[in-house]
Amino acid sequence: MSDYADYLATYASVAAIIGVGVLLAAGMLGVNRLFRPTLTTPAKLLTYESGVDPVGAGWAQSNVRYYVYAFLYVVFAVDAVFLFPWAVVFASIGWAAAIEMAVFLGFIAVGLVYAWRKGVLSWT
Amino acid sequence: MSAVSVQAIVGAAPSPIEAPDVDYATISPLLIILGAAVLGVLVEAFVPRAYRFVTQIAVAVVGVVAAFVATVVVGAGLDTVDGEVTGRGGPTAMGSLSVDGPAVVTWAMLLFFGLLGVLLFAERRLDGGLSAFTSQASTPPGSADERHATRLRIEHSEVFPLAMFALGGMMFFASANDLLGMFVALEVLSLPLYLMCGLARRRRLLSQEAAMKYFLLGAFSSAFFLYGIAMVYGYAGSFGLAEISTAVSSQIGGQNLLLAGMALILVGLLFKVAAVPFHAWTPDVYQGAPTPVTAFMAAGTKAAAFVAMLRIFFVAFGGARWDWAPAVWAIAIITMLFGAIASIAQTDVKRMLAYSSIAHAGFLLVGMAGLTSGDGVTSVSAVLFYLVAYGAAAIGAFAVVTLVRDAGGETTHLGRWAGLGKESPVLAVAFTIFLLSFAGIPLTGGFISKWSVFAAAWDGGAWPLVVVGVVASALALFFYIRVVVLLFFAPPQGDGPTVAVPSPLTWSVVAITVAVTIVLGVLPGPLLDLVQQAGAFVR
Repeated sequence: MSDYADYLATYASVAAIIGVGVLLAAGMLGVNRLFRPTLTTPAKLLTYESGVDPVGAGWAQSNVRYYVYAFLYVVFAVDAVFLFPWAVVFASIGWAAAIEMAVFLGFIAVGLVYAWRKGVLSWT
Repeated sequence: MSAVSVQAIVGAAPSPIEAPDVDYATISPLLIILGAAVLGVLVEAFVPRAYRFVTQIAVAVVGVVAAFVATVVVGAGLDTVDGEVTGRGGPTAMGSLSVDGPAVVTWAMLLFFGLLGVLLFAERRLDGGLSAFTSQASTPPGSADERHATRLRIEHSEVFPLAMFALGGMMFFASANDLLGMFVALEVLSLPLYLMCGLARRRRLLSQEAAMKYFLLGAFSSAFFLYGIAMVYGYAGSFGLAEISTAVSSQIGGQNLLLAGMALILVGLLFKVAAVPFHAWTPDVYQGAPTPVTAFMAAGTKAAAFVAMLRIFFVAFGGARWDWAPAVWAIAIITMLFGAIASIAQTDVKRMLAYSSIAHAGFLLVGMAGLTSGDGVTSVSAVLFYLVAYGAAAIGAFAVVTLVRDAGGETTHLGRWAGLGKESPVLAVAFTIFLLSFAGIPLTGGFISKWSVFAAAWDGGAWPLVVVGVVASALALFFYIRVVVLLFFAPPQGDGPTVAVPSPLTWSVVAITVAVTIVLGVLPGPLLDLVQQAGAFVR
């Protein structure tokens, strides 16, 4: 049972970091609130859209091209997630690791070539 | 952070990682199919449009046939394993795949279904020289763009690589030996199918609705499956089926985690096999999807998911049989009765076949509740036989559905099928043979397969299930006979159904499936021997 208690105790530092983080954020926001003047204007109640005035309702359609680019980004992000741990153990495995990763990257390349040939990558 | 501490962290790895040792010859069927799929993607990218469709068919057919030959070679070379149960073959690829008797038989079965599916996809004579798939899925249904694409005779040949990916996923699903691999396989088989469901040329809105429903409900059930995997990992500390089995039989840790995990995994899999109460997607998806896709999906998904379900519950959870068996009993009973009763009320041929597929999931669950080992018909061999017989008849029945047409495409309303026996006696007789096989009439494959699952269940002490199964069969028989009467003796409505003249592709699918259905009923010996020699799952 003491093993288990020890095991749980290793999480104490995690809990401490979470606690400090919450206190820090709350403290900064709280001090701000105490010192700043509060002026209400209608402009402040507008939805914030990256500095652009909000247009139309929430159900507006967005261009499908953004979706395609988001999709490509996810593909490469997931790709990188696998590349980092691979890079750590690459030296101890050697050529087999290089071939395996080449196969993996090859599959992604096939998908990308397909997207390119289908005209997905051009913006017009 | 200093360089020394980084070195300390990297150097603190508990054991050096070894390069995986994979026996590529043993898993060659899987690699060939996935290779054909990747090649298909490249064909789509580089081959000129005029040759694309034909090239895709060639790649898919050559891939499936080569993989079938490789499967036969692998199957012939499996070593017999004598343990507590007799089996063949065993884990390969670092224990992530189990290439054993049932896995190899399932591979061969899925490749057979895949070949029939590709032949149906390739049919272009029914709809004015165009395939059953939409010209451009991105054009809105009924728009000028759609008509323009049709006039240019643009075709979707992506359906072939998609089918190959789905087929590869099904083969992986049936042989995966750890839960994580199983989840990956489940997604690889499901995602292409979601897409293929939405590609119909006719009734596109219905088809897109079917794809959307299938995707949402399928994603939901995948989440159940994944959560179940997490629970079981929490219980056993491993994804491997063998390690989970050891943990289950030594009863370590909290049983609650195991029970919750088993329940969630069962829900995820019962969704895929369309068992009540997880069946709601089936009629809509079977009706909306392009009929060749429905044929491929009905046969393939059911086979892969049932073999995977048997593997998980017999290998990993075999020690907890008394915990999951009551749930399987209850679901088998309601699935059989609901499928049989609901199909009586159907007026659409594709929906009727969908409800029949639900009822068959119930009969297969009866087989699952049967004898796990012994001299008689075991659960595994009964279910394998059933899947071959059902899959062949289902593909054949949907192939017939693609042929009965009017100006707007396929006529699926049952009333419009009245008098088909006069219009096209050959087709009507073929459809009757499939229906009789579904009903389990002697001299068809359906009779022997029902007999084998009932025998397995009887020997395993599940006699109440057998009684309910016989009652449900009798109920379903009433309905199937009513359709047969409609085909041959009812007066045709209006002009009656018209039958399109297909190319040899669809004809050969109908002929092969009729032949398989009758041969399995008259001479079931060879296949029964094969599935019994396949033996049990090897972990």
